[in-house]
Amino acid sequence: MADTVADVHQHESAGHDDHHHEQNFFVKYLWSTDHKIIAMQYMFTGMFMGLIGGYMAYVFRMQLAFPGISVPGFGQVSPGEYNALITNHGSIMIFWLAMPVLIAAFGNFLIPLMIGADDMVFPRINRLSFQIFFVSVLVLLASLFVQGGGFGGAWTSYPPLSAESTYNLTDLGSSLWLLAVALEFVAFLLGGINFITTLMNSRAPGMKAYDIPIVCWMIVIASILFMLSVGPLIAGAVMLLFDQVLNTGFYDPTRGGDPILWQHLFWFFGHPEVYVVLLPAIGITVDVIATFARKKIFGYKLVLYTAVATGVLSFFVWAHHQFVAGIDPRMANVFTITTLLISVPIAELLFVMIATLYGGSIRLTTPMLWALAFIAEFLIGGVTGIFLGASGADIYFHDTYFVLAHFHYTFFPIAIIGTFCGFTYWFPKMFGRMMNETLGKIHFWGTIIPFNFIFIPLFVLGMGGQHRRIYNFQHFPELAGPEMYQLREIATISLLIMLAFQAVFFYNMIHSWLKGEKAGKNPWKSNTLEWTTESPPPHGNWPPDQMPVVYRGPYEYAHPDREEDYWPQDEPA
Amino acid sequence: MLIFIFTEVMFFSGLISAHAIVKSQSAGQMWPPYGQPRLPVEETALNSLALLVSGIVLVLAWFAYKKQASNARIPLLLATLLGTVFVAFQGVEWAALLAEGLTMQSSAYGAFFYLIVGTHAVHAIGALGGLGWAFFKLDRGELTSTALATVSAFWYFVVLVWPVLYWTVYL
Repeated sequence: MADTVADVHQHESAGHDDHHHEQNFFVKYLWSTDHKIIAMQYMFTGMFMGLIGGYMAYVFRMQLAFPGISVPGFGQVSPGEYNALITNHGSIMIFWLAMPVLIAAFGNFLIPLMIGADDMVFPRINRLSFQIFFVSVLVLLASLFVQGGGFGGAWTSYPPLSAESTYNLTDLGSSLWLLAVALEFVAFLLGGINFITTLMNSRAPGMKAYDIPIVCWMIVIASILFMLSVGPLIAGAVMLLFDQVLNTGFYDPTRGGDPILWQHLFWFFGHPEVYVVLLPAIGITVDVIATFARKKIFGYKLVLYTAVATGVLSFFVWAHHQFVAGIDPRMANVFTITTLLISVPIAELLFVMIATLYGGSIRLTTPMLWALAFIAEFLIGGVTGIFLGASGADIYFHDTYFVLAHFHYTFFPIAIIGTFCGFTYWFPKMFGRMMNETLGKIHFWGTIIPFNFIFIPLFVLGMGGQHRRIYNFQHFPELAGPEMYQLREIATISLLIMLAFQAVFFYNMIHSWLKGEKAGKNPWKSNTLEWTTESPPPHGNWPPDQMPVVYRGPYEYAHPDREEDYWPQDEPA
Repeated sequence: MLIFIFTEVMFFSGLISAHAIVKSQSAGQMWPPYGQPRLPVEETALNSLALLVSGIVLVLAWFAYKKQASNARIPLLLATLLGTVFVAFQGVEWAALLAEGLTMQSSAYGAFFYLIVGTHAVHAIGALGGLGWAFFKLDRGELTSTALATVSAFWYFVVLVWPVLYWTVYL
């Protein structure tokens, strides 16, 4: 197989010269096989879905803090609509924002540029991957408007609620939701094969395994994790779809099935999935920190091996989601141990970032601020995870807002902070212009401060016993006291402020895209290969006769023998 | 292709473990459940042999191709035909079982049987399509060794996963 790929690659590189004719709009944007265009399509589709997910959060947070009001821009929220909103908020943020932006968009944009290739190994599979992804977006959006409304069984979709339309009352909605998720997985399987083979086969001459920038490694390790973990979920999803459509009884105990089975199959995928999106975000952060601390990263191989160890361990922690679902207590002990163990490699990765900062000459640009915020916020998410991983404490915390606040403290740094960090850092390369630093910093503080004001009150509420998945707390006298409502209102108002500040980002993006300062090839004085070509890079990335050659690792900053404090990878010694 | 096959391996292990869990929970009860027809163990064993032989013939086709491309014609065709026989015979068997009252709705046992064996059949049909395409290309003298290696890799996967499934579902 390896030699096929190399053949194809050589063939593709040879073909690029004679493909430089003008293309019309449809050919260029609908059928383009250029990895940069596909990356931008993933990026903006992901951001668009992120806005929809944010809008959903706004609607149901309004309902929670001010029950029964007519939400501006939505109207009264019925219980069914509330369920559909939270379900699709979760699904969108994980499958249609974090995955496409962090893996597909950054993977497509960065991997070929950072390893000195002219495109992906399978450009047409890449195009197909985006088209399938786009269809999945349409199917998901359509599922919100069918009869009965969108699927409301939570993004984890536990049976029997998700399997029986007499329970969930969304006959079409739940099948369409499942179909959308399945299409999305097909898209990422195709994308993942592409990333892995590209990294293996198309590196620039001289680039050895340890000369690859961390972010490329992380995206590829994440793709491998995804490919290995998704199989059981697809098996489970086929069974669930059969239960819904063909009326089989895989998850129906009265007919010999088992509802807990779905939880095992789902979380066998679902927990590695957390690391699938986490690793690219860590990779982006590590690269940004090394550039702006002007320092070699602390332990390149350590980061790499730790990431692999995390990946392996992540396959053995899934049952910590089922501590109260009725599993054997001995099994719960085993999974408590593995769950607590997995915090060790993650802590190691954060320590590597901090050690890289130590003694560096730090430049507080917007991407660097995002990277530092990632360390700080993700740390809170990680530390609160220990409470939930320990089966004893989890019995109390299970399905409260404590869990919710915990995973938002992990997913927000991953999906939102990681995205902004990478986007602001590579914006000059993507569009050839600098972003406005002042607006960038306003947006940064306007996002980070409200974010903490949203979720710290939710930790407190969760410890106070506030259960998830409740539509209106007025129906529960012990949860309806004024002190609890004040905390809910703080969270909701902070969310409104945070959403409002996103307008600054979009204004900044569009304004800088059109009128920003010209960036030049290497505005951040960084070492990696993508900064050696024009910004934005032309089709084929480098002129065919000037493909880069690599002489050293990606993080040679502040070398004592050199006048410049950086040493690009392609500069001969 | 190899990476894709890893994903497939995980997919089938998901199905098999699901089957094992449900089966173990019916411990003490009858498996297959009372009133459900027995699966045709012996006929399928014979049929499985056809599939395995087809895999071996395909290995021979590969060595023949290495010597001289046109030598691979007969073994490749034979492997494809044996595979088709396998799928067709499975289809006949399904029709018989359906007539005896084993359906997807009748029990979790029936549902798993059709799910696992059916998934395998879909894979087999896809792989046979690949082999047929390879034969067509060979006929026109356009088959590259990598293309043959890729379609054969998938067929080997289909062949090798079958004994595991047979052992899980039938025995």
